Amino acid sequence: MTEESLKTTPLNALHRELGGKMVPFAGYDMPVQYPAGILKEHTHTREAAGLFDVSHMGQAWLISEDGTDPAIALETLVPADVQGLTAGQQRYSQLLNDQGGILDDLMVTRPVADFGTDRLYLVVNAACKDQDLTLIADALKGRVRVERLEDRALVALQGPKAAEVAAKLFGADLATMPFMSQARVSWDSVDLWISRSGYTGEDGYEISVSNADAEKLARALLAEDAVAPIGLGARDSLRLEAGLCLYGHDIDETTTPVEGGLTWSIGKRRRAEGGFPGADTVLAQIADGASRKRVGVQPEGRAPAREGSKIQNAAGDSVGVITSGGFGPTVGGPVAMGYVPSDLAKPGTEIFLSVRGKALPAKVVKLPFVPPGFYRG
Amino acid sequence: MAERKYSEEHEWIEIDGDIATVGITNHAQEQLGDIVFVELPEVGATLNKDDEAGVVESVKAASEVYAPIGGEITEVNEALTDNPGTVNEDAEGDGWFFKMTIADPGELKDLMSESEYKDFIED
Repeated sequence: MTEESLKTTPLNALHRELGGKMVPFAGYDMPVQYPAGILKEHTHTREAAGLFDVSHMGQAWLISEDGTDPAIALETLVPADVQGLTAGQQRYSQLLNDQGGILDDLMVTRPVADFGTDRLYLVVNAACKDQDLTLIADALKGRVRVERLEDRALVALQGPKAAEVAAKLFGADLATMPFMSQARVSWDSVDLWISRSGYTGEDGYEISVSNADAEKLARALLAEDAVAPIGLGARDSLRLEAGLCLYGHDIDETTTPVEGGLTWSIGKRRRAEGGFPGADTVLAQIADGASRKRVGVQPEGRAPAREGSKIQNAAGDSVGVITSGGFGPTVGGPVAMGYVPSDLAKPGTEIFLSVRGKALPAKVVKLPFVPPGFYRG
Repeated sequence: MAERKYSEEHEWIEIDGDIATVGITNHAQEQLGDIVFVELPEVGATLNKDDEAGVVESVKAASEVYAPIGGEITEVNEALTDNPGTVNEDAEGDGWFFKMTIADPGELKDLMSESEYKDFIED
Protein backbone atom coordinates (compact mmCIF):
# COMPACT_ATOMS: atom_id res chain seq x y z
CA MET A 1 0.00 0.00 0.00
CA THR A 2 1.39 3.40 -0.89
CA GLU A 3 1.50 6.10 1.71
CA GLU A 4 -0.80 8.32 -0.35
CA SER A 5 -3.69 5.91 -0.02
CA LEU A 6 -3.43 5.58 3.78
CA LYS A 7 -6.26 7.00 5.81
CA THR A 8 -5.57 9.14 8.86
CA THR A 9 -7.32 9.56 12.19
CA PRO A 10 -8.11 12.99 13.67
CA LEU A 11 -5.08 12.55 15.93
CA ASN A 12 -2.55 12.10 13.10
CA ALA A 13 -0.95 15.53 13.52
CA LEU A 14 -0.70 15.00 17.29
CA HIS A 15 1.01 11.60 16.80
CA ARG A 16 3.61 13.27 14.59
CA GLU A 17 4.06 16.15 17.02
CA LEU A 18 4.67 13.60 19.81
CA GLY A 19 7.36 11.92 17.70
CA GLY A 20 5.28 8.85 16.81
CA LYS A 21 6.92 6.41 14.42
CA MET A 22 4.19 6.04 11.83
CA VAL A 23 3.42 2.76 10.05
CA PRO A 24 0.58 1.53 7.84
CA PHE A 25 -1.93 -0.50 9.85
CA ALA A 26 -5.30 -1.72 8.53
CA GLY A 27 -5.19 0.99 5.89
CA TYR A 28 -4.38 3.76 8.38
CA ASP A 29 -1.23 5.75 9.11
CA MET A 30 -0.76 4.89 12.79
CA PRO A 31 1.96 5.25 15.45
CA VAL A 32 3.71 1.94 16.24
CA GLN A 33 5.62 3.68 19.02
CA TYR A 34 6.65 7.07 20.37
CA PRO A 35 10.19 8.07 21.38
CA ALA A 36 9.87 6.25 24.75
CA GLY A 37 9.77 2.92 22.88
CA ILE A 38 7.58 -0.16 23.17
CA LEU A 39 9.04 -1.53 26.42
CA LYS A 40 8.63 1.75 28.33
CA GLU A 41 5.18 2.36 26.85
CA HIS A 42 4.09 -1.13 27.85
CA THR A 43 5.38 -0.75 31.41
CA HIS A 44 3.91 2.73 31.73
CA THR A 45 0.47 1.36 30.86
CA ARG A 46 0.80 -1.43 33.47
CA GLU A 47 1.98 1.01 36.15
CA ALA A 48 0.20 4.30 35.41
CA ALA A 49 -2.02 5.05 32.39
CA GLY A 50 -1.61 4.93 28.64
CA LEU A 51 -3.53 6.77 25.93
CA PHE A 52 -4.19 4.86 22.72
CA ASP A 53 -5.67 6.16 19.47
CA VAL A 54 -8.09 3.50 18.26
CA SER A 55 -10.04 5.77 15.93
CA HIS A 56 -9.35 3.39 13.06
CA MET A 57 -11.87 0.98 14.54
CA GLY A 58 -15.39 1.03 13.14
CA GLN A 59 -18.13 2.63 15.22
CA ALA A 60 -21.74 2.32 14.14
CA TRP A 61 -25.33 2.50 15.27
CA LEU A 62 -27.57 -0.45 14.58
CA ILE A 63 -31.06 1.10 14.48
CA SER A 64 -34.38 -0.70 14.46
CA GLU A 65 -36.45 -0.22 11.30
CA ASP A 66 -39.44 -2.33 12.28
CA GLY A 67 -40.02 -1.21 15.85
CA THR A 68 -38.62 -4.38 17.42
CA ASP A 69 -35.53 -4.61 19.61
CA PRO A 70 -32.50 -4.51 17.26
CA ALA A 71 -30.88 -7.08 19.57
CA ILE A 72 -33.29 -9.72 18.20
CA ALA A 73 -32.02 -9.13 14.67
CA LEU A 74 -28.34 -8.96 15.70
CA GLU A 75 -28.63 -12.25 17.58
CA THR A 76 -29.14 -14.00 14.23
CA LEU A 77 -25.48 -13.12 13.44
CA VAL A 78 -23.72 -13.41 16.83
CA PRO A 79 -23.85 -15.97 19.69
CA ALA A 80 -23.96 -13.48 22.58
CA ASP A 81 -27.08 -12.77 24.61
CA VAL A 82 -27.67 -9.30 23.15
CA GLN A 83 -31.32 -9.10 24.17
CA GLY A 84 -30.26 -9.53 27.78
CA LEU A 85 -28.25 -6.31 27.74
CA THR A 86 -29.78 -3.58 29.85
CA ALA A 87 -29.33 0.10 28.95
CA GLY A 88 -25.69 1.07 29.43
CA GLN A 89 -24.35 -2.50 29.31
CA GLN A 90 -21.68 -3.69 26.92
CA ARG A 91 -20.79 -7.20 25.75
CA TYR A 92 -18.06 -8.87 23.67
CA SER A 93 -19.17 -11.13 20.81
CA GLN A 94 -18.27 -12.50 17.38
CA LEU A 95 -19.84 -12.40 13.94
CA LEU A 96 -19.98 -16.04 12.82
CA ASN A 97 -20.21 -17.79 9.47
CA ASP A 98 -22.36 -20.86 8.83
CA GLN A 99 -19.56 -23.17 9.95
CA GLY A 100 -19.25 -21.31 13.25
CA GLY A 101 -16.02 -19.66 12.06
CA ILE A 102 -15.34 -16.13 13.30
CA LEU A 103 -15.76 -13.35 10.70
CA ASP A 104 -14.78 -10.69 13.24
CA ASP A 105 -15.06 -9.95 16.92
CA LEU A 106 -16.89 -6.89 18.16
CA MET A 107 -18.26 -4.97 21.13
CA VAL A 108 -22.01 -4.49 21.38
CA THR A 109 -23.51 -1.87 23.70
CA ARG A 110 -27.10 -1.15 24.51
CA PRO A 111 -26.63 2.58 24.97
CA VAL A 112 -27.70 4.57 27.99
CA ALA A 113 -31.32 5.70 27.94
CA ASP A 114 -30.90 9.18 26.45
CA PHE A 115 -29.84 7.70 23.09
CA GLY A 116 -33.27 6.03 22.82
CA THR A 117 -34.22 2.37 22.97
CA ASP A 118 -34.23 1.72 19.22
CA ARG A 119 -30.51 1.18 18.81
CA LEU A 120 -27.30 -0.64 19.66
CA TYR A 121 -23.78 0.78 19.49
CA LEU A 122 -21.20 -1.42 17.75
CA VAL A 123 -17.41 -1.25 17.63
CA VAL A 124 -15.73 -3.53 15.08
CA ASN A 125 -12.13 -4.09 13.95
CA ALA A 126 -10.58 -1.59 11.55
CA ALA A 127 -9.52 -4.18 8.99
CA CYS A 128 -12.99 -5.78 8.90
CA LYS A 129 -15.26 -2.77 9.30
CA ASP A 130 -16.39 -2.42 5.69
CA GLN A 131 -17.27 -6.09 5.24
CA ASP A 132 -18.76 -6.39 8.75
CA LEU A 133 -21.09 -3.44 8.45
CA THR A 134 -22.09 -4.41 4.90
CA LEU A 135 -22.77 -7.96 6.04
CA ILE A 136 -24.89 -6.79 8.98
CA ALA A 137 -26.82 -4.28 6.84
CA ASP A 138 -27.50 -6.85 4.08
CA ALA A 139 -28.36 -9.75 6.37
CA LEU A 140 -30.71 -7.70 8.54
CA LYS A 141 -32.25 -5.55 5.81
CA GLY A 142 -35.76 -4.33 6.62
CA ARG A 143 -35.31 -5.04 10.32
CA VAL A 144 -32.42 -2.72 11.20
CA ARG A 145 -30.21 -0.22 9.45
CA VAL A 146 -26.52 0.47 10.01
CA GLU A 147 -25.45 4.07 10.51
CA ARG A 148 -21.68 4.44 10.47
CA LEU A 149 -20.27 6.96 12.92
CA GLU A 150 -17.56 8.29 10.61
CA ASP A 151 -17.60 11.60 12.44
CA ARG A 152 -16.39 10.06 15.69
CA ALA A 153 -12.92 9.16 16.92
CA LEU A 154 -12.11 6.61 19.64
CA VAL A 155 -9.37 6.71 22.25
CA ALA A 156 -8.56 4.26 25.03
CA LEU A 157 -7.26 5.26 28.44
CA GLN A 158 -5.81 2.17 30.11
CA GLY A 159 -3.93 1.38 33.28
CA PRO A 160 -4.24 1.37 37.07
CA LYS A 161 -4.32 5.19 37.18
CA ALA A 162 -6.97 5.50 34.43
CA ALA A 163 -9.79 5.70 36.99
CA GLU A 164 -8.32 8.59 38.97
CA VAL A 165 -7.60 10.51 35.75
CA ALA A 166 -11.12 9.88 34.42
CA ALA A 167 -12.70 10.84 37.73
CA LYS A 168 -10.72 14.09 37.85
CA LEU A 169 -11.53 15.10 34.28
CA PHE A 170 -14.98 13.66 33.65
CA GLY A 171 -16.58 13.34 37.08
CA ALA A 172 -16.32 11.21 40.21
CA ASP A 173 -18.89 8.70 38.91
CA LEU A 174 -16.35 7.45 36.38
CA ALA A 175 -14.30 5.80 39.12
CA THR A 176 -17.16 3.54 40.17
CA MET A 177 -18.86 2.82 36.85
CA PRO A 178 -19.01 -0.98 36.38
CA PHE A 179 -16.70 -2.93 34.08
CA MET A 180 -18.32 -3.32 30.62
CA SER A 181 -20.77 -0.47 31.10
CA GLN A 182 -21.33 2.78 29.25
CA ALA A 183 -21.77 6.37 30.41
CA ARG A 184 -22.47 9.56 28.49
CA VAL A 185 -20.61 12.56 29.81
CA SER A 186 -20.58 16.21 28.83
CA TRP A 187 -17.00 17.41 29.30
CA ASP A 188 -16.33 21.08 28.57
CA SER A 189 -19.42 20.92 26.28
CA VAL A 190 -17.97 17.90 24.47
CA ASP A 191 -20.24 14.84 24.23
CA LEU A 192 -18.23 11.79 25.35
CA TRP A 193 -19.46 8.20 25.12
CA ILE A 194 -17.37 6.32 27.63
CA SER A 195 -17.23 2.60 28.30
CA ARG A 196 -15.22 0.87 30.99
CA SER A 197 -13.42 -1.60 28.79
CA GLY A 198 -10.22 -2.07 26.86
CA TYR A 199 -7.65 -4.34 25.28
CA THR A 200 -4.74 -4.36 27.74
CA GLY A 201 -5.96 -6.44 30.68
CA GLU A 202 -5.89 -3.29 32.80
CA ASP A 203 -8.69 -1.17 34.19
CA GLY A 204 -9.59 1.61 31.81
CA TYR A 205 -11.96 3.30 29.43
CA GLU A 206 -12.71 3.58 25.74
CA ILE A 207 -13.93 7.05 24.86
CA SER A 208 -15.84 7.96 21.72
CA VAL A 209 -15.55 11.65 20.83
CA SER A 210 -16.37 13.75 17.76
CA ASN A 211 -13.51 14.01 15.26
CA ALA A 212 -13.51 17.77 15.83
CA ASP A 213 -12.92 17.42 19.59
CA ALA A 214 -10.61 14.39 19.54
CA GLU A 215 -7.37 16.34 19.73
CA LYS A 216 -8.64 18.55 22.52
CA LEU A 217 -9.58 15.44 24.51
CA ALA A 218 -6.26 13.71 23.82
CA ARG A 219 -4.29 16.79 24.87
CA ALA A 220 -6.31 17.15 28.08
CA LEU A 221 -5.59 13.50 28.96
CA LEU A 222 -1.91 13.76 28.04
CA ALA A 223 -1.59 16.85 30.25
CA GLU A 224 -2.11 14.56 33.25
CA ASP A 225 1.18 13.35 34.78
CA ALA A 226 0.00 9.74 34.85
CA VAL A 227 -0.84 9.60 31.14
CA ALA A 228 1.58 8.87 28.29
CA PRO A 229 0.84 8.17 24.60
CA ILE A 230 1.10 4.49 23.66
CA GLY A 231 1.58 3.07 20.16
CA LEU A 232 0.40 -0.08 18.43
CA GLY A 233 3.54 -2.01 19.41
CA ALA A 234 2.79 -1.87 23.13
CA ARG A 235 -0.92 -2.33 22.43
CA ASP A 236 0.00 -5.71 20.94
CA SER A 237 2.33 -6.81 23.76
CA LEU A 238 -0.21 -5.67 26.38
CA ARG A 239 -3.09 -7.60 24.84
CA LEU A 240 -0.90 -10.67 24.31
CA GLU A 241 0.09 -10.77 27.99
CA ALA A 242 -3.60 -10.29 28.81
CA GLY A 243 -4.43 -13.37 26.70
CA LEU A 244 -6.74 -11.37 24.43
CA CYS A 245 -7.29 -12.43 20.82
CA LEU A 246 -6.14 -10.43 17.82
CA TYR A 247 -8.55 -11.00 14.98
CA GLY A 248 -6.95 -12.48 11.86
CA HIS A 249 -4.23 -14.06 14.02
CA ASP A 250 -5.59 -15.85 17.09
CA ILE A 251 -9.10 -16.18 15.71
CA ASP A 252 -10.37 -16.15 12.13
CA GLU A 253 -12.87 -17.79 9.80
CA THR A 254 -11.33 -21.21 10.45
CA THR A 255 -11.68 -21.05 14.24
CA THR A 256 -14.89 -21.23 16.26
CA PRO A 257 -15.50 -19.37 19.53
CA VAL A 258 -15.15 -22.68 21.39
CA GLU A 259 -11.78 -23.50 19.84
CA GLY A 260 -10.72 -19.90 20.46
CA GLY A 261 -11.49 -20.16 24.19
CA LEU A 262 -14.38 -17.70 23.92
CA THR A 263 -17.19 -19.96 25.12
CA TRP A 264 -17.64 -17.62 28.11
CA SER A 265 -19.00 -15.00 25.69
CA ILE A 266 -21.89 -17.25 24.56
CA GLY A 267 -24.90 -16.59 26.77
CA LYS A 268 -26.76 -19.36 28.59
CA ARG A 269 -29.98 -18.64 26.71
CA ARG A 270 -28.15 -18.76 23.37
CA ARG A 271 -26.63 -22.15 24.28
CA ALA A 272 -30.12 -23.45 24.94
CA GLU A 273 -31.83 -21.83 21.96
CA GLY A 274 -29.13 -21.61 19.26
CA GLY A 275 -30.32 -19.46 16.37
CA PHE A 276 -26.95 -18.02 15.36
CA PRO A 277 -24.79 -18.97 12.35
CA GLY A 278 -22.95 -22.26 12.83
CA ALA A 279 -24.95 -22.99 16.00
CA ASP A 280 -24.97 -26.76 15.30
CA THR A 281 -21.18 -26.87 15.19
CA VAL A 282 -20.62 -24.47 18.07
CA LEU A 283 -23.17 -26.07 20.41
CA ALA A 284 -21.85 -29.57 19.62
CA GLN A 285 -18.36 -28.35 20.53
CA ILE A 286 -19.65 -26.88 23.79
CA ALA A 287 -21.31 -30.23 24.61
CA ASP A 288 -18.57 -32.62 23.45
CA GLY A 289 -15.44 -30.46 23.43
CA ALA A 290 -13.55 -29.13 20.42
CA SER A 291 -10.69 -31.10 18.88
CA ARG A 292 -8.28 -28.21 19.32
CA LYS A 293 -7.99 -25.22 21.61
CA ARG A 294 -6.26 -21.87 21.86
CA VAL A 295 -3.82 -21.97 24.78
CA GLY A 296 -1.14 -19.85 26.36
CA VAL A 297 2.39 -20.94 25.51
CA GLN A 298 5.41 -20.11 27.66
CA PRO A 299 8.68 -20.80 25.84
CA GLU A 300 11.56 -21.81 28.09
CA GLY A 301 14.64 -19.64 27.77
CA ARG A 302 14.61 -16.20 26.23
CA ALA A 303 14.01 -16.79 22.52
CA PRO A 304 10.59 -15.47 21.48
CA ALA A 305 8.46 -17.72 19.27
CA ARG A 306 6.66 -15.66 16.65
CA GLU A 307 3.37 -16.15 14.84
CA GLY A 308 3.62 -19.10 12.45
CA SER A 309 6.09 -21.15 14.53
CA LYS A 310 5.06 -24.81 14.48
CA ILE A 311 4.11 -26.47 17.75
CA GLN A 312 5.45 -30.03 18.14
CA ASN A 313 4.65 -32.80 20.58
CA ALA A 314 7.33 -34.74 22.48
CA ALA A 315 7.65 -37.13 19.51
CA GLY A 316 8.50 -34.24 17.20
CA ASP A 317 5.23 -34.34 15.24
CA SER A 318 3.85 -31.00 14.18
CA VAL A 319 0.56 -30.65 16.09
CA GLY A 320 -0.27 -26.95 16.03
CA VAL A 321 0.87 -23.43 15.37
CA ILE A 322 1.69 -20.24 17.28
CA THR A 323 -0.83 -17.50 16.39
CA SER A 324 0.70 -14.64 18.43
CA GLY A 325 4.07 -14.51 20.05
CA GLY A 326 6.70 -12.13 21.21
CA PHE A 327 8.37 -10.70 24.26
CA GLY A 328 6.20 -9.94 27.26
CA PRO A 329 7.74 -6.93 29.01
CA THR A 330 5.79 -7.45 32.25
CA VAL A 331 6.47 -11.20 32.24
CA GLY A 332 10.10 -10.42 31.43
CA GLY A 333 10.36 -13.17 28.86
CA PRO A 334 8.79 -14.63 25.77
CA VAL A 335 5.02 -15.25 25.70
CA ALA A 336 2.82 -16.77 23.01
CA MET A 337 -0.58 -18.18 22.18
CA GLY A 338 -1.45 -20.91 19.74
CA TYR A 339 -3.65 -23.87 18.90
CA VAL A 340 -2.98 -27.40 20.13
CA PRO A 341 -5.03 -30.64 20.08
CA SER A 342 -7.29 -30.76 23.13
CA ASP A 343 -5.28 -33.60 24.71
CA LEU A 344 -2.27 -31.26 24.84
CA ALA A 345 -4.23 -28.24 26.09
CA LYS A 346 -3.82 -28.88 29.80
CA PRO A 347 -1.65 -26.29 31.58
CA GLY A 348 1.77 -27.77 32.30
CA THR A 349 1.88 -29.91 29.14
CA GLU A 350 5.37 -29.97 27.64
CA ILE A 351 5.52 -28.99 23.98
CA PHE A 352 8.22 -27.84 21.57
CA LEU A 353 8.32 -24.86 19.25
CA SER A 354 10.11 -24.94 15.96
CA VAL A 355 12.11 -21.70 15.88
CA ARG A 356 14.78 -21.27 13.20
CA GLY A 357 15.11 -25.01 12.73
CA LYS A 358 15.50 -25.78 16.44
CA ALA A 359 12.91 -27.40 18.70
CA LEU A 360 12.70 -25.10 21.71
CA PRO A 361 11.04 -26.52 24.83
CA ALA A 362 7.87 -24.75 25.97
CA LYS A 363 4.91 -25.28 28.24
CA VAL A 364 1.18 -24.86 27.87
CA VAL A 365 0.09 -22.30 30.47
CA LYS A 366 -3.11 -20.74 31.70
CA LEU A 367 -4.09 -17.40 30.20
CA PRO A 368 -3.67 -14.55 30.94
CA PHE A 369 0.06 -14.20 31.56
CA VAL A 370 -0.52 -11.26 33.90
CA PRO A 371 -3.35 -10.93 36.43
CA PRO A 372 -6.17 -8.74 35.09
CA GLY A 373 -6.66 -5.31 36.62
CA PHE A 374 -10.32 -4.90 35.65
CA TYR A 375 -12.53 -2.84 37.95
CA ARG A 376 -14.79 -5.18 39.91
CA GLY A 377 -16.46 -2.67 42.20
CA MET B 1 43.65 3.17 16.80
CA ALA B 2 41.86 0.10 15.57
CA GLU B 3 40.19 0.32 12.21
CA ARG B 4 36.39 0.17 12.01
CA LYS B 5 34.39 -0.89 8.93
CA TYR B 6 30.69 -1.31 8.20
CA SER B 7 28.59 -3.81 6.21
CA GLU B 8 25.43 -3.26 4.20
CA GLU B 9 23.70 -5.59 6.68
CA HIS B 10 24.39 -2.98 9.38
CA GLU B 11 27.20 -4.78 11.21
CA TRP B 12 30.30 -2.95 12.39
CA ILE B 13 33.64 -4.70 12.50
CA GLU B 14 36.72 -3.47 14.29
CA ILE B 15 40.07 -4.87 13.28
CA ASP B 16 42.71 -5.18 15.96
CA GLY B 17 45.72 -7.10 14.70
CA ASP B 18 44.47 -10.49 13.49
CA ILE B 19 41.20 -10.41 15.44
CA ALA B 20 37.97 -8.65 14.42
CA THR B 21 35.19 -7.62 16.81
CA VAL B 22 31.66 -7.57 15.32
CA GLY B 23 28.41 -5.99 16.42
CA ILE B 24 25.35 -4.28 14.96
CA THR B 25 25.44 -0.57 14.27
CA ASN B 26 23.78 2.12 16.32
CA HIS B 27 21.56 2.79 13.30
CA ALA B 28 20.49 -0.88 13.31
CA GLN B 29 19.57 -0.86 17.01
CA GLU B 30 17.58 2.35 16.52
CA GLN B 31 15.64 0.71 13.69
CA LEU B 32 15.03 -2.47 15.69
CA GLY B 33 13.86 -0.76 18.86
CA ASP B 34 14.01 -2.43 22.28
CA ILE B 35 16.14 -5.56 21.94
CA VAL B 36 14.92 -8.50 24.01
CA PHE B 37 16.90 -11.49 22.75
CA VAL B 38 20.30 -12.16 21.26
CA GLU B 39 21.50 -15.49 19.89
CA LEU B 40 25.27 -15.72 19.53
CA PRO B 41 27.39 -18.09 17.43
CA GLU B 42 29.40 -20.89 19.05
CA VAL B 43 33.02 -20.31 19.87
CA GLY B 44 35.08 -22.37 17.42
CA ALA B 45 32.52 -22.16 14.63
CA THR B 46 33.98 -21.35 11.23
CA LEU B 47 31.90 -18.94 9.19
CA ASN B 48 32.16 -17.73 5.63
CA LYS B 49 31.50 -14.11 4.73
CA ASP B 50 27.71 -13.43 4.84
CA ASP B 51 26.95 -16.61 6.81
CA GLU B 52 24.33 -16.23 9.53
CA ALA B 53 26.21 -15.66 12.76
CA GLY B 54 23.39 -14.95 15.16
CA VAL B 55 19.96 -13.49 15.72
CA VAL B 56 18.79 -10.30 17.33
CA GLU B 57 15.17 -9.84 18.30
CA SER B 58 13.43 -6.69 19.31
CA VAL B 59 9.90 -6.37 20.65
CA LYS B 60 8.91 -5.86 17.02
CA ALA B 61 10.76 -8.50 15.01
CA ALA B 62 13.63 -10.93 14.63
CA SER B 63 16.55 -10.30 12.33
CA GLU B 64 19.73 -12.16 11.47
CA VAL B 65 23.25 -11.03 12.19
CA TYR B 66 25.73 -11.97 9.45
CA ALA B 67 29.47 -12.50 9.48
CA PRO B 68 30.86 -9.49 7.58
CA ILE B 69 33.98 -11.52 6.76
CA GLY B 70 35.00 -15.18 6.96
CA GLY B 71 36.84 -16.56 9.99
CA GLU B 72 36.64 -18.57 13.17
CA ILE B 73 34.68 -17.36 16.20
CA THR B 74 37.09 -16.88 19.09
CA GLU B 75 34.88 -15.23 21.70
CA VAL B 76 31.23 -14.21 22.16
CA ASN B 77 29.74 -11.51 24.39
CA GLU B 78 27.92 -13.78 26.87
CA ALA B 79 26.70 -10.76 28.82
CA LEU B 80 24.20 -10.03 26.03
CA THR B 81 22.30 -13.27 26.74
CA ASP B 82 21.09 -11.93 30.09
CA ASN B 83 21.16 -8.25 29.18
CA PRO B 84 20.19 -7.92 25.51
CA GLY B 85 19.27 -4.27 26.18
CA THR B 86 23.00 -3.50 26.25
CA VAL B 87 22.80 -3.49 22.45
CA ASN B 88 20.39 -0.55 22.64
CA GLU B 89 22.49 1.28 25.18
CA ASP B 90 25.88 0.85 23.54
CA ALA B 91 25.62 -0.93 20.19
CA GLU B 92 29.09 -0.02 19.01
CA GLY B 93 30.82 -0.59 22.38
CA ASP B 94 29.68 -2.90 25.20
CA GLY B 95 27.01 -4.30 22.89
CA TRP B 96 29.52 -6.17 20.69
CA PHE B 97 28.41 -9.65 19.57
CA PHE B 98 31.49 -11.76 18.83
CA LYS B 99 35.18 -11.79 17.96
CA MET B 100 36.60 -13.73 15.04
CA THR B 101 39.80 -14.42 13.14
CA ILE B 102 40.28 -12.83 9.74
CA ALA B 103 40.48 -15.64 7.19
CA ASP B 104 41.09 -13.36 4.21
CA PRO B 105 42.10 -9.73 4.84
CA GLY B 106 41.06 -9.05 1.23
CA GLU B 107 37.41 -9.34 2.28
CA LEU B 108 37.77 -6.22 4.41
CA LYS B 109 38.06 -4.18 1.23
CA ASP B 110 34.42 -4.87 0.37
CA LEU B 111 33.25 -3.17 3.57
CA MET B 112 32.42 0.50 3.99
CA SER B 113 34.27 3.18 5.89
CA GLU B 114 32.38 5.16 8.53
CA SER B 115 31.64 8.02 6.13
CA GLU B 116 30.57 5.60 3.37
CA TYR B 117 28.22 3.87 5.81
CA LYS B 118 26.80 7.22 6.88
CA ASP B 119 25.99 7.98 3.24
CA PHE B 120 24.59 4.46 2.82
CA ILE B 121 22.04 4.80 5.63
CA GLU B 122 21.03 8.26 4.53
CA ASP B 123 20.10 7.08 1.02
